[in-house]
Amino acid sequence: MINSVWFVMVVAGILVGGINGRSENITTELILAVREAVELALGLVGVMSLWLGLMRIAERSGFVELLSRIVQPFLRRIFPEIPPGHPAMGAVVMALTAGALGLGNASTPLGLKAMKELQSLNPHPEIASNSMVTFLAVETSSITILPATVIALRAAAGSSDPTEIIGPTLVVSLMGTIAGIVAAKVMERLPAYRTDDTPPQ
Amino acid sequence: MLLAVLEVISRWAIPFLLLVIVSYGYFRGVKVYEVFVEGAQEGFDTAVRVMPYMITIFVAISIFRASGAMDLLAGALSPLAQVLGLPPELMPLALLRSVSGSGSLGLVTEILNHYGADSFVGRLASVMMGSSETTFFVLAVYFGSVSIRKTRHALPVGLLADLVAMIMAVVVCRRVFL
Repeated sequence: MINSVWFVMVVAGILVGGINGRSENITTELILAVREAVELALGLVGVMSLWLGLMRIAERSGFVELLSRIVQPFLRRIFPEIPPGHPAMGAVVMALTAGALGLGNASTPLGLKAMKELQSLNPHPEIASNSMVTFLAVETSSITILPATVIALRAAAGSSDPTEIIGPTLVVSLMGTIAGIVAAKVMERLPAYRTDDTPPQ
Repeated sequence: MLLAVLEVISRWAIPFLLLVIVSYGYFRGVKVYEVFVEGAQEGFDTAVRVMPYMITIFVAISIFRASGAMDLLAGALSPLAQVLGLPPELMPLALLRSVSGSGSLGLVTEILNHYGADSFVGRLASVMMGSSETTFFVLAVYFGSVSIRKTRHALPVGLLADLVAMIMAVVVCRRVFL
């Protein structure tokens, strides 16, 4: 997919540029663009380091677990198929908490662990369970307390206020997550997606 | 009201998290200085890791824009963008966000650079980028890890959530930043 998009952009660009007589323009822009890409990527170093340093403390001190314990009661309603006290719940909560904190690298392994635990509860090992789809709905629309990478990018691009997007991002991601949970709950009952262990309405 | 609340959150989120996390760590006996350094080391690696992606995307976009092809595409997509209330310049980002994380990261960087991080387009692009994940990637990796073949409603649910987030990004940003 990304391959085709990239290919089309390059080829269509060169062809359109030829027709428009802008070939020289393309070369200048191209050289300028790659230099800017390097500068911007290097500009990420500072803010990314700040964030990853802080997050390492959060992980090591058990702060992430503490947050997990706070949100667990809310999540119990969203995942009724997980029995109370089952390790799947803990794994799901940890993964979602790490995602919300923008833990990036650290949140993917936690997410995979959650999937493994959910799979142990799954009666059909080749078919996604309701909890899995709901978990992924929350994970892909991830409530974002701190969009760390975007803030770093904005700082690198010379924004006068790189963090002004935190509030709006939180609200928007929250709405996306709510939409995802509602959609997952509604669609799991549709004839096209039902499995035989879904309780009838 | 909403505006004021969002501004307070934006302003205080980082200092607040710093205060809470560092204090919690310190009183739990974590060597906060050393551990912070350890994490910070990863910052450089991350930046270097995304650099080739950024360069690659910048190549395609700079050709596409300098040739005038971007204007053609934006013109063609503008009716759809209008329905969604989206600036036509952000249509490519809306299309790419769910599909490629590195691709959309490069795209956002380019947008911030070209239009300015403090422009409306730049702010909206930031919120769109920050408020959702790369649905296709997450589904592929997560389901792949436990060998699930039938993903049922996972993809439609993920894409629907992305669409809602995108529309809400436009609505919220218009209220807050215009």
